[in-house]
Amino acid sequence: MSDINIVDAPPGIEGSGFFATSLDKVIGLARSHSLWPLPFATSCCGIEFMATMGSHYDFGRFGSERLSFSPRQADLLMVMGTIAKKMSPVLKQVYLQMAEPRWVIAVGACASSGGIFDTYSVLQGIDEIIPVDVYVPGCPPRPEAILDGFGKIQELVKNESGRRRNSDQYKEMLASYGIL
Amino acid sequence: MAEVTNQELVQALTEKFGGQITGVNEPYGLLTFETHKDSIISVLSFLKENSIANFNFLTDITAVHYPEKKHGIAVVYHLHSMVKRIRVRVKVFIDENHPTIPTATTLWNAANWMERETYDFFGVRFEGHPDLRRILNMDELGVHPMLKQYPLEDPNRVDKKDEYFGR
Repeated sequence: MSDINIVDAPPGIEGSGFFATSLDKVIGLARSHSLWPLPFATSCCGIEFMATMGSHYDFGRFGSERLSFSPRQADLLMVMGTIAKKMSPVLKQVYLQMAEPRWVIAVGACASSGGIFDTYSVLQGIDEIIPVDVYVPGCPPRPEAILDGFGKIQELVKNESGRRRNSDQYKEMLASYGIL
Repeated sequence: MAEVTNQELVQALTEKFGGQITGVNEPYGLLTFETHKDSIISVLSFLKENSIANFNFLTDITAVHYPEKKHGIAVVYHLHSMVKRIRVRVKVFIDENHPTIPTATTLWNAANWMERETYDFFGVRFEGHPDLRRILNMDELGVHPMLKQYPLEDPNRVDKKDEYFGR
């Protein structure tokens, strides 16, 4: 029989019969263990992601058992593989269709920087068209690396302020990508 | 069924077209010759419909860019006779400043996408093509990337600058 693990409560004030903490921390805790990823897999990094989803590495352990193949219900866009320039409007539209709050992880050298494809037809990193939260290096990265990158995303989600997505800084950042 | 040799084909072509057939060669046994863009459609039509070896299958249309030559763009046709098990390669050298050539879609519907690809990458304009627009590259690319004056690399690449490598 397996032991059921329960995450630690966020820091707060505890007394008999009550526990007080900030709403951001509670929401962040809940969100970070229930991220629904949208796999945007175009090449070999996508194969590594399949291994990550498989029983051996078991991505479901981290609350991401449920992949969302509709961007409208997804929290995390996982871009895995080479993005050709002809594909970039599609990727951008998928990002735009996601509801806030949304996070993006660029898995592998191609999604991060174009990788070996330094050529006229390939996008030199998806951060040319959409903002990226975490980059996972490797060509392709091993499933452990993808899980590590996902852990970094979870830390971001846990510690994100509830006001961040309404801040001027965030709106400026989106505007720099021509979004909104 | 009797085999057809390259010599028989060359003889038939020369009888029909005379001086329009030049540069006959057989690299690795593949009959290759050049012709002019005014005669290319009649040559292809003859190859497709003659009784010696009817080349019913259009394998490929592509192009090569030779910047140092006067007629710098070679449009290359590969034909295959499925009946006689023989292949042939036809080249037409055209002016790279005015790269126009008649369309082969009048002979093979398969030429449609091949000519779109050749237009996309080399800027060759196939006159009479029903729908000549880009097929593989994005519409906003603005150039025909396989022409040698355009760099292969993407100018937006930032991680290959010499300073990062101490050069």
